[in-house]
Amino acid sequence: MLIGAFKGANGGWTTSNVSQLVHQPYIQAYRESIEISGVTALLGGAIGLALAYAAIRDGTPRWIRSLLTTFSGVAANFGGIPLAFAFIATIGTIGIATQFMHNQLHLNVWQGADLFTKTGVEIVYLYFQIPLMVLVIAPAIDGLRREWREAASNLGANAWQFWRHIGLPVLMPSVLGALILLFGNAFAAYATAYSLTNGNVYIVPVVIGAYYTGNVFNNPHLGQALALGMFVVLVAMMLLYIPLQRRAARWAK
Amino acid sequence: MRTRRRIAPSAAVWLLLGAAYFLLPLLATFLFSLRQLQTGHCCTVASYTWVIHNSEFWQTLKLSVELALETIAVSLVIFVPTVYWVHLKVPKLRAVLAFMALIPFVVPPIVLVVGLLNFYKGSPTWFYGQPWGFLVAAYVILAFPYMFFSLDSGFRAIDVHTLTEASQSLGASWPRTLLTVILPNIRAAALAGSFLTLAIVLGEFTIANLSLFHTFPIYLQYVNETQAYAAGATTLVSFGITWAAMLSLLFIGRKRGQRAAFIGGAR
Repeated sequence: MLIGAFKGANGGWTTSNVSQLVHQPYIQAYRESIEISGVTALLGGAIGLALAYAAIRDGTPRWIRSLLTTFSGVAANFGGIPLAFAFIATIGTIGIATQFMHNQLHLNVWQGADLFTKTGVEIVYLYFQIPLMVLVIAPAIDGLRREWREAASNLGANAWQFWRHIGLPVLMPSVLGALILLFGNAFAAYATAYSLTNGNVYIVPVVIGAYYTGNVFNNPHLGQALALGMFVVLVAMMLLYIPLQRRAARWAK
Repeated sequence: MRTRRRIAPSAAVWLLLGAAYFLLPLLATFLFSLRQLQTGHCCTVASYTWVIHNSEFWQTLKLSVELALETIAVSLVIFVPTVYWVHLKVPKLRAVLAFMALIPFVVPPIVLVVGLLNFYKGSPTWFYGQPWGFLVAAYVILAFPYMFFSLDSGFRAIDVHTLTEASQSLGASWPRTLLTVILPNIRAAALAGSFLTLAIVLGEFTIANLSLFHTFPIYLQYVNETQAYAAGATTLVSFGITWAAMLSLLFIGRKRGQRAAFIGGAR
């Protein structure tokens, strides 16, 4: 692939495939991909953390926790074509929830057409991002001791102060690692977005797919260059993660 | 101090919202699949009858199941002896294998298939042009991390050295040791890896689509584009397969835990 990225259509060596990446329209595809992955990683991470904590904290019955982790184990593996369709049937233009809101509640806040855009892709991605976060972060939340919360509230801290000064700093190394995982997970996803939008969302995997399966623009070498670019983005995320991780874990000796 | 406390209100709100978000699409898909083709009203099982009598549904499902079984067989034949050998003779290589197993996690499938299509371009048609050649080769790579980590934990739970020495001092050959002594002891781990592989292959769209093979997920996408209400039925069938594979996995995991305890107790 590395070699293919630098080959021209006639077989000679060229850097034009790779240098095209930093120009329009390809840079736009990377921007959209990174935005979708970033938004769903942060939102999915925050919601997943809240859900996992709600299931694990004191007072919640044990069976809720095992139900949540079992379900997350399955839902993190949902994805692709069936998932996209489940959302089309729910909040698509003729989806059950869309029609219910329109006909029964006479609300016109959601028409369903937005499902087939970037916003829709983000909503659907959360369906596998949140469970993944729950699975990854649950062991770390187990490490949050009940005594810390009690000690904090004895000293007069409210819930916000507890999370700001104790909860989040303790969890930070695990949260950062999980966010990287979620980012990579969304960045690599192809089938869900393709199926949902019929290939009309402009993210890198869909563009690569079009260069391989399309009848009009068949250009495998440009596809290879785009794939190389994806790999570079993922490696850059990893490199960004290492110093952040070190900083977050500096007191945890 | 174990006082039974009530569930915190904020926790209850979060859990209810989560449950709604995750169950609503499943429920809606079910209702959707019961709609009538002409009127769009509830309720008919016509979509399900259509699916059952659709020959393409069975053909693609059969192809995907065959591919999954072939992938499982090939991965087991490659990875069981490898992981066994590494645990027995070269434990230092374990870290190297574990690192290699992370690569298919890091490299997106779309990048993997682009690389593979290019790499195998010159290979003979019986391999490159057939799903049981090229596609299975790609799926073995996809399945590698799942197979490796299940097998690795399975091998770590048994005493490879003692079992091998006992078997060989009784005069068993290497293949016999592997098949009749080691394999029954890691059966649960091998099954766990196999179920994960099954779930992955039955849902894999990216690689099949880019290499232009007509597997079950490709058929699902085709139905999605052409027959809205029938797609509800096929979607639920596909979800059912994932559920079944994952729940079998959990069931095996539970049994494995019990068995490990049993072996520990007997010793």
